Amino acid sequence: MKTKHLWFELWAVATLAALFVAGFAVSNAAAKTLNVMTTTEDLASLAREVGGEHVKVESIARGYQDPHFVEAKPSFLLKLQKADLLVLVGLQLEIGWLPPLITQSRNSRIQVGAQGYLDASTVAEILEKPTGPVTRAMGDVHPLGNPHYWLDPGNGRRIAKAVAQKLSELDRDDAAYFEQHFQDFDRRLQEAEKRWAQQVASLKGTEVITYHNSWPSFTERFGLKVVGYVEPKPGIPPSPSHTLEVINQIKQDKVPLILVEPYFDLKTPKAIADQSGAQVLVLLPSVGGVPQATNYFQLFDYNIRLLTEALAQRK
Amino acid sequence: MQRMLIFCIGLLFFSTNFLRAQGAEAPEARFQALEERIRALEAEVQSLKAALPAGGAPAAPAAAAAPLQAPTAPLPVYGGASAAAKALNPDIGIVGSFVGATGRNLGNPYPSLSLQESEVSLQAIVDPYARADFFLAVGEEGIEVEEGYITFPALPGNFLLKAGKMRSTFSRVNTFHNHTLPWIDRPLVQFNLMGGSLDEADVGIKEAGLSLSRLLPAPIFLEATAELFRGDSGSLFQASRRSDVSSVFHLRGYHDLSESTNLEIGGSYARGHNDVGSDFLTQLGGLDTTLRWKPLRRAIYHSFSARSEFVWSRRQEVANTQRAFGFFASAEYQLARRWFGGARFDWSERARNAEQHDNATSLVLTYWPSEFSQIRGQLRRTHYAEGNTANEFLFQFLFTLGAHGAHVF
Repeated sequence: MKTKHLWFELWAVATLAALFVAGFAVSNAAAKTLNVMTTTEDLASLAREVGGEHVKVESIARGYQDPHFVEAKPSFLLKLQKADLLVLVGLQLEIGWLPPLITQSRNSRIQVGAQGYLDASTVAEILEKPTGPVTRAMGDVHPLGNPHYWLDPGNGRRIAKAVAQKLSELDRDDAAYFEQHFQDFDRRLQEAEKRWAQQVASLKGTEVITYHNSWPSFTERFGLKVVGYVEPKPGIPPSPSHTLEVINQIKQDKVPLILVEPYFDLKTPKAIADQSGAQVLVLLPSVGGVPQATNYFQLFDYNIRLLTEALAQRK
Repeated sequence: MQRMLIFCIGLLFFSTNFLRAQGAEAPEARFQALEERIRALEAEVQSLKAALPAGGAPAAPAAAAAPLQAPTAPLPVYGGASAAAKALNPDIGIVGSFVGATGRNLGNPYPSLSLQESEVSLQAIVDPYARADFFLAVGEEGIEVEEGYITFPALPGNFLLKAGKMRSTFSRVNTFHNHTLPWIDRPLVQFNLMGGSLDEADVGIKEAGLSLSRLLPAPIFLEATAELFRGDSGSLFQASRRSDVSSVFHLRGYHDLSESTNLEIGGSYARGHNDVGSDFLTQLGGLDTTLRWKPLRRAIYHSFSARSEFVWSRRQEVANTQRAFGFFASAEYQLARRWFGGARFDWSERARNAEQHDNATSLVLTYWPSEFSQIRGQLRRTHYAEGNTANEFLFQFLFTLGAHGAHVF
């Protein structure tokens, strides 16, 4: 029986050794086209803008999905394993699912702090950074600031610039290409910003209720004023008493719009709208929220058109 | 000597002259430098004035003209909650599990009320090459290192290496910590075939060892794991000698059937020496399947998962070899954002006496007040091999403090 055990243990060691050798034999060679993985579709769109044909970009979360609650599916590991660059939103937006994916990706290039790891929040202007104590009595707050910062085109520009710089670091031969693509993106964004500024002129000062606190960067940039939330606290589902408060607030202040992200149930917002006279708008927090919003420009085009048309109809 | 004296006098003369010259030139040079600086500042003020538009507001800097610069902000703390003072501290979290039981159980009773377990987690990046995770289970009788291991995620060849004390990858449920289970208890098959005893509340394979895993080249996700442990795992494995190590092999396949639905199938094998003696082995074979459905647009409101695990045990004893089998099948449906309902059926023979088997049926309802707490009730009816039946109602409060841990998939 002892000999049997010895043979088994030898077999186990041989299996491990074979696994190890096989691993080295099939290690990936560096590719000419950079593989970029992003956590959200917005970051993917910005990476495509500056990376052009020299990158292959894919997002983990879909645009119609709540980015707080993405599942860490093993199939994402296969994509992360090949990534040269990982771009994430940061500020704990992905804390529930990204850390195990990074650890298990078996990819040294995208580990935290490695050259292929880019936390876009480090270059963006962040709103609502808490200045006092933070507790979960406030709901599921983000203690490092509001993570929905990509909804300010100014931050889109900063992110694109940082991605272009990262791509240039990873592929020095194409640095001029990425720089030129960023300049082109920046020019088109400036033109779009002028257009959007004209379109939202009539929206200035409009009060809105939003479902979740996803919109501070958007509303500050385009002059809307958020006066309340459908959620009593971030991440806490609406309660009857809070819903009643919101209805009364809308009636009292004549708030015209309730903005809802596409991944939230419309039942409560519609009930509020029915009883208060406000209108529910499903606004997109991300590229890909509806099929026609396929890139960063169309995201703002879609949202601004929805807002202006809704307000025009009410007038 | 004379030469030395002349050299010293010369050196003294030279150095005093040099110092005098410096002292005489210094104020003049400083004045010149200051004058140049004033002129430069005047020029700068003039250029800034010229740049101001007629209205007097400062001109916005043209973003396009700015050269590309690498982001210089500091890296974020790995999931850390806050301030710079805590920057290098690990993420700390505590999960409390308070369990109560009513009804009559002569086989394996829970206490009426107990703070079953408080799990303290300490997690951080060690250095550019590794991260470490500690899970300390604080029970009413003491503290146990539930898991404590270092992970090397950046190895060449697509390997992942873990070293320390850890839950083995044998089957899926074995890897789950108690508070991440969708039930209050563990399935009977884990208790009967994977080292459960009335003295050991926690069951399963978890011990000190090494775990090496690799993604295999395949059209679907395929992960192979090989583990080597000391060979002491509750009453399942027992090492009488240093060479009585235990080993576990696991193959995990995963495939997205659609955007919302996925299927996972795993096969496991474990082998170790048992408490009869060094020459007596216990071998386990396992098969686990999980089917999940979660529509992405309404992921926070509705989901469904069905899982099943089958375990075969082969335990050598002095007189004979006990061959036992057990399984469980469970399903869980998310009814609304905060409500989950589920059911589980257990059937398992006993590892030490395969002629005896137990079975149980459970209904579970869980309410999540927030992402950080759960209230769970479980109705359980267990038929023990001895002939007695236990009808129980178990209830549980789970609550999380501190760092936001990753969700279990």
